[in-house]
Amino acid sequence: MTIAVWIIVGIVVILLITFVVIYNKLVRLRNQVKNAWAQIDVQLKRRHDLIPNLVQTVKGYMKHERETMESVTKARTLAQKLISAGPGERAKAEGELSSALARLLAVAERYPDLKASQNFLALQEELASTENKISFSRQFYNDSVMTYNNQTQMFPSNVVASMAGFKAGEFFEVTVAAEREVPKVSFT
Amino acid sequence: MWEQIRSNQTRSAILVVWMGVLLLAVGYFLGLYFLDNGIVGLIFALALWVIMSLIAYFQGDSILLAMSRARKISHDDHPRLYNVAEEMKIASGLEAMPSIYIIDDPAMNAFATGRDPQKASVTVTSGLLQKLNRDELQGVVGHEMAHIKNRDVLLMAMCSVLLGTIVLIAWYASRFMIFGGMRGTRRSSSSGGGGWGQIIIIVLALVLIILAPIMAQLIYLSISRKREYLADASSALYTRYPEGLASALEKLAASTDQLKSANKATAPMYIVNPFRKRGMAASDLTSTHPPISERIRILRSMAGASYTDYDKSYRKVHGTSKVLIPAAAVTAAGTVALRAPQPEAAEKLEQVQRARETSDLMWNLNKYNTITCTCGTKLRLPPGFKLPQVRCPHCGRINTV
Repeated sequence: MTIAVWIIVGIVVILLITFVVIYNKLVRLRNQVKNAWAQIDVQLKRRHDLIPNLVQTVKGYMKHERETMESVTKARTLAQKLISAGPGERAKAEGELSSALARLLAVAERYPDLKASQNFLALQEELASTENKISFSRQFYNDSVMTYNNQTQMFPSNVVASMAGFKAGEFFEVTVAAEREVPKVSFT
Repeated sequence: MWEQIRSNQTRSAILVVWMGVLLLAVGYFLGLYFLDNGIVGLIFALALWVIMSLIAYFQGDSILLAMSRARKISHDDHPRLYNVAEEMKIASGLEAMPSIYIIDDPAMNAFATGRDPQKASVTVTSGLLQKLNRDELQGVVGHEMAHIKNRDVLLMAMCSVLLGTIVLIAWYASRFMIFGGMRGTRRSSSSGGGGWGQIIIIVLALVLIILAPIMAQLIYLSISRKREYLADASSALYTRYPEGLASALEKLAASTDQLKSANKATAPMYIVNPFRKRGMAASDLTSTHPPISERIRILRSMAGASYTDYDKSYRKVHGTSKVLIPAAAVTAAGTVALRAPQPEAAEKLEQVQRARETSDLMWNLNKYNTITCTCGTKLRLPPGFKLPQVRCPHCGRINTV
């Protein structure tokens, strides 16, 4: 009789420990997803900060490209306005800004004086790097979401996940900006 | 896929344990031989190892950086390098940005230090900065970040301390045996012991003195090579562009400048062996790094950028079925697509730009003051320059300092 009781107690203790270990792992993964999302945000903001500087530098050299410059400024203003809006709208605005910037930099290729300017070269480096950082932070975010989702869907951690209310995170796809889903992760 | 690196870690850890056992065996039998007491020898060996480990743990990176005459840089000193490092920090998901150091040397090499990812550093040579384009630099920095992320630095530091301790003990023991005479034996034979047991101990001690350093070295090298492969695979995963690292390695292999500040003890820390000779491709047991040509071939035949792809490619190149990265690490990896190279339209111009950036950096680090004259000439003033004005040698204008 007493042996049976001890065995039951033992099983319960083992189950509890497993639960705690899995729960902690899920929390760690969810925090990683959250951090990765914050990283994307930092890089998007950094790009906004770079643009006034770029426009200021370019202005003197490209007097006939007013339209291109204005489209960049406009796209930036729009993106900044939407900073606290839903991520879906936001991704669209950021995508617009990306293409406006790409156009401006393509046009800049036609101005040798501009291309030789130290200031512009430095800015170009910063912009290129920021674009890279955005895509790398997105890459890391998606990898983190995948690991997290695998944990919430695989046995036995899916039992813990459904009991404690861990919802699967969503991927951040920007190649089709218009169709991109809201990367919603529930951080309860 | 970030979690499962650990199972690989366990494999390396088992090898480290074997090195530890070797150290204890050496300590025990030499203790028996010299002092008639195995336990004292064992404790002596352990104490030596602990002291050396503590030094390596707390002072290792600063000693290494000082020895290689590396200097710390900030973002403004070399924006391209710093940005690339930041990109790789983000891609690898490291929490803290490592410090970036530069060694002023035309040789091309790079290494990472730091006992934990929070206090790490990446060092590259100025030669590397001049000769690599952005994608290649990204591959190299990604490789170093992978060493930090996978905690290879700590593992290799602990391994080299173990190896060092074994070599040190064996070296001193052999000197004692030759010059100190057979003290231990004499004492024990006068006490009436001797016999077969004594002979076995002598033979074992001799064998250990000769073999232990060699065995430890082989274990160490095997760990080191494995970590190099894993770092290559991680770099490909971070950059999604294995060709960058492959072409960087090709350039590294082609250059034969030897790094002046490297020595045998620090060699395994670098991305390629600093003592390599041109055309050396021997894939033997005595090398800290896998042959570069092989690393390039593996990277070039990758179909995607995931660990699975690297593993497949590794097996294809080696013609073995032996798995490099264990199954646990690859199941969750899924398919990871490669990305396109970054536009390098103005490659020629960029090369000049890179060389300028790097030379500017070297002048600044040497505390030279740079003035740009209105005619575009850069005037470099040495740190001791006291005059208020200087004449531009090109156009003759007077510039105030």
